[in-house]
Amino acid sequence: MAETSIATTPPPDTLLEVVGLSKSFGGRRGRTSGIRAVADVDLTLRRGETLGLVGESGCGKSTLSRLILSLLEPDAGQVRIAGIDFTHAPERHRRELRRRIQVVFQDALSSLNPRMTIGANIAEPMRLQGLGSAALRRTEARRLLGLVGLRPEHEDRYPHEFSGGQCQRIAIARALMLQPEIIVFDEAVSALDVSIRAQILRLILDLQRQFGLSYIFISHDLGVIKRICDRIAVMYLGQIVEIGPAETVCRAPRHPYTAALLRAIPIADPRRMRVSDLGQIEGDAVGAVKPDACPFAPRCPKQFDPCDKRRPALIDVAPGHQAACHLNEPEAC
Amino acid sequence: MSAPASLVVTDLRTRFGSDRVGATVVDGVTFTLLPGRTTALVGESGCGKSATALSLMRLIDKPGRIIGGSVTLNGRDLLGLSESEMEQVRGAAIGMIFQDPLTSLNPALTIGQQIVETLQAHRPMSRADADRTAIDLLTRVGVTDAARRIGDYPHHFSGGMRQRVLIAAAISCSPSVIIADEPTTALDVTVQAKILRLLHDLQGAMGASLLLITHDLGVVASMADEVLVMYAGRIVERADVDTLFHDPRHPYTKALLACVAGIEDDRSVPLEPIGGSAPDLWNPPVGCRFAPRCPVVQDVCRSQDQPLRRISAEHEAACILVEEDRMHG
Amino acid sequence: MSTLDTSTSIDAARADRGSSRARFWRMKSFARDRGAVVSATLLAAVVLAVVLAPTLAGVGPDDADNLARYAPMGTAGHLLGTDQQGRDMLARLLFGGRVSLLIGVVPTVIAGMIGLGLGLMAGYWRGLVDQIIMRCLDVVFAFPMVLLAIAIAGSMRPGVLTEVIAITVVLIPYFARLARTATEGIVPMPFIEAARAAGGTRLTIMLRYVLPNVFSPVVVYATTLMGLMIVVGSGLSFIGLGVQPPTADWGAMVAEGRVVLRRAPHVTILPGCAILLVSLAFNFLGDGIRDALDPRTIRR
Repeated sequence: MAETSIATTPPPDTLLEVVGLSKSFGGRRGRTSGIRAVADVDLTLRRGETLGLVGESGCGKSTLSRLILSLLEPDAGQVRIAGIDFTHAPERHRRELRRRIQVVFQDALSSLNPRMTIGANIAEPMRLQGLGSAALRRTEARRLLGLVGLRPEHEDRYPHEFSGGQCQRIAIARALMLQPEIIVFDEAVSALDVSIRAQILRLILDLQRQFGLSYIFISHDLGVIKRICDRIAVMYLGQIVEIGPAETVCRAPRHPYTAALLRAIPIADPRRMRVSDLGQIEGDAVGAVKPDACPFAPRCPKQFDPCDKRRPALIDVAPGHQAACHLNEPEAC
Repeated sequence: MSAPASLVVTDLRTRFGSDRVGATVVDGVTFTLLPGRTTALVGESGCGKSATALSLMRLIDKPGRIIGGSVTLNGRDLLGLSESEMEQVRGAAIGMIFQDPLTSLNPALTIGQQIVETLQAHRPMSRADADRTAIDLLTRVGVTDAARRIGDYPHHFSGGMRQRVLIAAAISCSPSVIIADEPTTALDVTVQAKILRLLHDLQGAMGASLLLITHDLGVVASMADEVLVMYAGRIVERADVDTLFHDPRHPYTKALLACVAGIEDDRSVPLEPIGGSAPDLWNPPVGCRFAPRCPVVQDVCRSQDQPLRRISAEHEAACILVEEDRMHG
Repeated sequence: MSTLDTSTSIDAARADRGSSRARFWRMKSFARDRGAVVSATLLAAVVLAVVLAPTLAGVGPDDADNLARYAPMGTAGHLLGTDQQGRDMLARLLFGGRVSLLIGVVPTVIAGMIGLGLGLMAGYWRGLVDQIIMRCLDVVFAFPMVLLAIAIAGSMRPGVLTEVIAITVVLIPYFARLARTATEGIVPMPFIEAARAAGGTRLTIMLRYVLPNVFSPVVVYATTLMGLMIVVGSGLSFIGLGVQPPTADWGAMVAEGRVVLRRAPHVTILPGCAILLVSLAFNFLGDGIRDALDPRTIRR
């Protein structure tokens, strides 16, 4: 069981690669103290696929999304878009690369500039990139308003005149303005009501089919992730503890944390689950991680001898399915 | 088991604004809470579920006011009480737990002080006794090392622990009714699982009625005995939990369950959103308020209000189709 | 065909920032704010009056009519009466208004612009820039406002320019603080992040996103200070560091009038009322501008 080599060439349809990305907060420069929000994360996103990133608050998923979008500078590692280094590209070049990856945030209303009309908000990315004439941008913004299910003649209104679901549609239209290949959805449906959430998810899926978009879908809600993602990455205290095909990860999780997360979700069917069936795990996901231990060990119901001594590596448990747990190592059986 | 009801709400109506221009956010709500039972009030944002809870506690602020109906707690009419009498009811006979455990706690007081304050406001007791009771309560809600932690301030606690503190304050005077307004919405799922279990266990031990207000049908399915579905200020369906999830009769309930199934189940279940959005209560539609979005709407729904119709002793739905089903079956 | 093309492109150019229709609603929102409209009219009238002072007054502000000292209001030839030296009150109010408005408006506007710029840079760039700017301003901040103005004015030749400079310097830290706090509130907003993700450069984001959102609290604050600065300016004149007698300003007139308050109350009351009215008008105007700038307060 040697360390898996990182130098393997990615499959040809790989669109985005995240390699060894790390970020700490609060530590002094040059020292590694402080909180490791993201610790040595590797990911790939294939063309046309949806990758789900799930974890509870404080697991580092929002930091990871900001690193992927190059809104934060990482301490180490890089993000490559179609093989081009996005993280270390010179500012001018990076700005061009931004056209290929866009973002939709959780709080739709505050992600729109309150002093601009929604038409201007949607047109803004092209304007910031210095693309197209004003007339062209306006035509395009109107077209996108129609595409996301709003009325183009409302382009003169301001964001506060729209409901949460409508604002999210506007934010999606803005993300589409630069015709990106990748869209990052950072808790984009978490604040919405069930009936509106279904509408927005449907829109997101329709757009993907229509334009062949690739998505990174970040959420704390495993239910939603399960529904729309092809692959799922589970994060815990800054690390990816399990990654694999959505269906397999949910049906047969290979990390105790994934299992605990799945068991803690209340199912909307009283015949299948009542409160006494809800999985209970100890403690909170807080506190310092010991460098040489599994971060989940203090809460893990299956904790055993090596968990406190060695940090488990993310290893293959099945084709395309990896987990970071000592239970999956051959000698553990 | 037909224990006497602890809380009876009849035709409760709460309105914001004036008589001419305004929104009746709680519009003729009627329900009964029984001791030892959990009743879930479920609906989407703006449907009036939180306004209902605040109306029960008489915590509706201007420009809102209760314009009709009655609320009877253990035989006592709450709407007729003076403000100072009502203050004695709040926190004592009715305990309340809110969504955001950080803003619901005073950041300038230690958690011990906050619980002691609630205790001493309702019962004459010495500081030492109150401290001891506070430690007992915190231990009971699962705060480890409570004797030391009562001196801590709210920001020292995690979200889940703060919610436990709020629960301790809510049960401190052994209320007969506990109102929990989205108690786990701000929490992570693993923490939610623990808080729900705690609420369930405490309620069982105390024999109190629990009114659980939530938008999360998963939480409803795991916690509730009885479910009230609210839409645009009105209760549109009332049923025991099993019937509600397996034989819903109101099109809104059906649509909501379909949405959840579409979102949460595997991909074989199609994603079926409800078209449109909830009506503006300042300008509500005539007739059934779900009519503009209803897939099986009939002409009469657009002109006449649809009252709750009885299906069985445990089941009512505010839909014309209940009549038709009865005629055909 | 070509005319159609030009008109759409003009329209579209407007659409980049909010179209002409949106601008129309802003104007309308301001027009509906009765307090703001009345204040704007009043201020316009006052400005017009002081500009036309020589024509309206008929006499000079320092021409003493020894035969008509202490004339009450309504006296023939002296509509608003005269003061203890027989100088025409109307003329003094009009000419004094020139100085007072200048002292009230000019330093506030200059300090507002400088403070806005400094606060914006400090709040947006943070780090070293923030440290340097804010620590320098803290030094100024540490002195009481009036005392510092006296110190600055005292080190220069008395006069209007001295007053303007002294008050400007004193006000800058107040505006910078406000602008910095407002900037800090705006920068973490998701719409700023969205603009960065779309490729907005730091400068564009600062000028196009942060500045407009910081601008309105600064405008409101500026209009509140204008009235106060008229009084502070008068204080400087009173202790001999500002404009020199016999040049009138409203504050100085109040001060001079207090010795004859019982005998000729109008000498004090008239300039006092002028200060009060103008201050109030500035405040209402500020609120009106804030609302007109903020699309969230527009009612259709």
